[in-house]
Amino acid sequence: MSEQKFYTISIYTENNIGLLNRISGIFQRRKMNIESLSVSASEIDDVYRFTLVVNITELQVQKVLGQIERQVEVIKAYYHTDEETIFTESALFKIKSSLLFDEPQIQNIIKESHARIVTVNSDFFVIEKSGKRSEIELVHRELKPFGIMQFVRSGRIAVTKTEMRISSKLKAIENEVEAAFAKA
Amino acid sequence: MDVKTIDIKDTKTTTMSGSEALVHCLVAEGADLIYGYPGGAIMPFYDELHKHQDKLRHVLTRHEQGATHAAQGFARVTGKVGVAVATSGPGATNLITGIADAQIDSTPMVCITGQVGSHLLGSDAFQETDIIGISTPVTKWNYQITRAEEIPEVLAKAFYIARSGRPGPVLIDITKDAQFAEFEFSYSKCEYIRSYTPVPQITETSLKEAAQLINTAKKPLIVWGQGVILGEAEKEFQDFVEKSGIPSAWTILGVSAIPTEHPLNVGMVGMHGNYAPNVLTNECDVLIAIGMRFDDRVTGSLDTYAKQAKVIHFEIDPAEINKNVYANVAVLGNSKESLSKILPLIEKREHTYWHQKFKDLYEIEYSKVIKNDITPTKEGLTMGEVVAQINKESNSEAIIVTDVGQHQMIGIRYASFNKSKSNITSGGLGTMGFALPAAIGAKMGAPDREVVAIIGDGGYQMTIQELGTILQTKAAVKIVVLNNEFLGMVRQWQQLFFDKRYASTDMVNPNFCKIAEAYDIEAQKVTKREDLAAAVHKMMASPDSFFLEVMVEKEDNVFPMIPTGASVSDIRLE
Repeated sequence: MSEQKFYTISIYTENNIGLLNRISGIFQRRKMNIESLSVSASEIDDVYRFTLVVNITELQVQKVLGQIERQVEVIKAYYHTDEETIFTESALFKIKSSLLFDEPQIQNIIKESHARIVTVNSDFFVIEKSGKRSEIELVHRELKPFGIMQFVRSGRIAVTKTEMRISSKLKAIENEVEAAFAKA
Repeated sequence: MDVKTIDIKDTKTTTMSGSEALVHCLVAEGADLIYGYPGGAIMPFYDELHKHQDKLRHVLTRHEQGATHAAQGFARVTGKVGVAVATSGPGATNLITGIADAQIDSTPMVCITGQVGSHLLGSDAFQETDIIGISTPVTKWNYQITRAEEIPEVLAKAFYIARSGRPGPVLIDITKDAQFAEFEFSYSKCEYIRSYTPVPQITETSLKEAAQLINTAKKPLIVWGQGVILGEAEKEFQDFVEKSGIPSAWTILGVSAIPTEHPLNVGMVGMHGNYAPNVLTNECDVLIAIGMRFDDRVTGSLDTYAKQAKVIHFEIDPAEINKNVYANVAVLGNSKESLSKILPLIEKREHTYWHQKFKDLYEIEYSKVIKNDITPTKEGLTMGEVVAQINKESNSEAIIVTDVGQHQMIGIRYASFNKSKSNITSGGLGTMGFALPAAIGAKMGAPDREVVAIIGDGGYQMTIQELGTILQTKAAVKIVVLNNEFLGMVRQWQQLFFDKRYASTDMVNPNFCKIAEAYDIEAQKVTKREDLAAAVHKMMASPDSFFLEVMVEKEDNVFPMIPTGASVSDIRLE
């Protein structure tokens, strides 16, 4: 419980302007760094999903989760270790086009790392690499000597190996309320 | 937003402005008294308030902070949602202290702020502040309305969120154009929000496990907090205490849930609490926490807090479980339901031997501290004897409102209560300046009861302008300033922990009686013990507001005391 680890926090929410501020504030209060953040649609219509990565202890993550779930527009939040999730990040490298022909090594790097070329024009080309942070960092290290015009990496996205019972939870809530309304 | 609503009454659909709709929403939610301060961006709403004075009374405070504290005082004595209104910019930022106070003390409150026109948002317009951004960390929920059509649904949601589950403050910011715009109005109350579970389901297992621990405990101790009062579970709590026979101690916000003189009441826990419950926290075998959150002022050092005990935590907010103290059994749910459900599962006990320990320690505290506080023999007046005199004159029936500092600790230690919802103070945030406006709100919420504000000379001057609100509304608040010409609590710490370096704690004060008289409030100053009883009697007998200043010993300290970082059982008596 007292060992620091990377935890992926998945938060299912309603759409509301300002909710990101509310959630990030919970980490800010405790002076915790958010290592990565990604906001997207989820498997349920009109339900959004925040995916955060933090490097804290399990006790801390449990306390933070309680305070996240307390927010009115948060439907449910979960936390998982790296072992419990399938996760990936995505990176783009923008590189001068001339290098693609002058430096054959670049083609090898792309091939060996299973990266792919997204676009090529006369000035630059763009490599996309998805995978673990270490894999992206390796590509970055290898390409750096040739000159990277731009680099960007996304936050982690992750799905869990076990089921997150968010759909059934939502269904249960809906049913409960329907029943209550029917009674009233 | 996914809000399911049910109609409580047929509101005919009629065309009206956003600001008129706002008045109707407030009335539909049962608000008949609101506090606030007008200004540019909220003027359309004030115009409607003027037209609807018969339905909705607005009290003009002298500062927006005063409006929030008055709304808090009103909410705490009535159990209803308090409402405070302000304009944009400085009006809105002046609400923040009160909102933070309501958040940490779980007080139901809805704040309404005007905002610049929606076309000006984000442009650094005159009196524009990002009040949604500013208030986010200190509100239970907040929302900015930019279209009149949003008003009914958002207001319904605001009141529902403020009062349900663990109550708290909600801020609704409304742009000026949304107040002016006309729309088809209809209103229905909010009863459900998909993503929000205000009251967790009680589980049979947790009740059984809790009952089993309680029934086998040899030295159990109950510590209850405001959750008992907020859950309106006073009767269920008293039944539980009486059947279980367990010594019961309270946090600063829990007091008055059962009468002070109840034989099973063993006093206050925490930094300036009573000797017995603090010492015996570290001796009990089962600690039963009910509607409290193990604040650091209650627990002292967590490393040495009740480590020998199994902990049962009755709590409505799941985020409080294991936050500070690990709970062996967590009974989630509202206090009224949990306590009534556990009652048949527990066995009747007396715990006579264990009670004797509390009595023995009380005797020690009485001879070393209490006796000298309430029946002093030294020359200078003590805060404790003033409080004792107020108890006597009010027959323990008064609502006691306290500010923050030494007088607050003494006031709450020695005040005697017969009725619930009678202790109004700023607990979690420790907001100096809380008492005077909160007392005004309390008096308006409970006009038939006596309201006595006990305030220090420091805190009094933080919101002294609210005497103007008393002048205008004739709220019959009794004001007692315990004047030691010091910021007493800070001075006490300077004496004990900073080698008596009294940095910026001595106060040169004005003539408080003259100030009160300038506001048409009868005033009296007491400097000698022989004048105290008559003065308190006169104050309590007055049908109007009354100001009583008592010059007390300058350098008295509040004991017992748990120094910061120390264990509850290392509580000092001197």
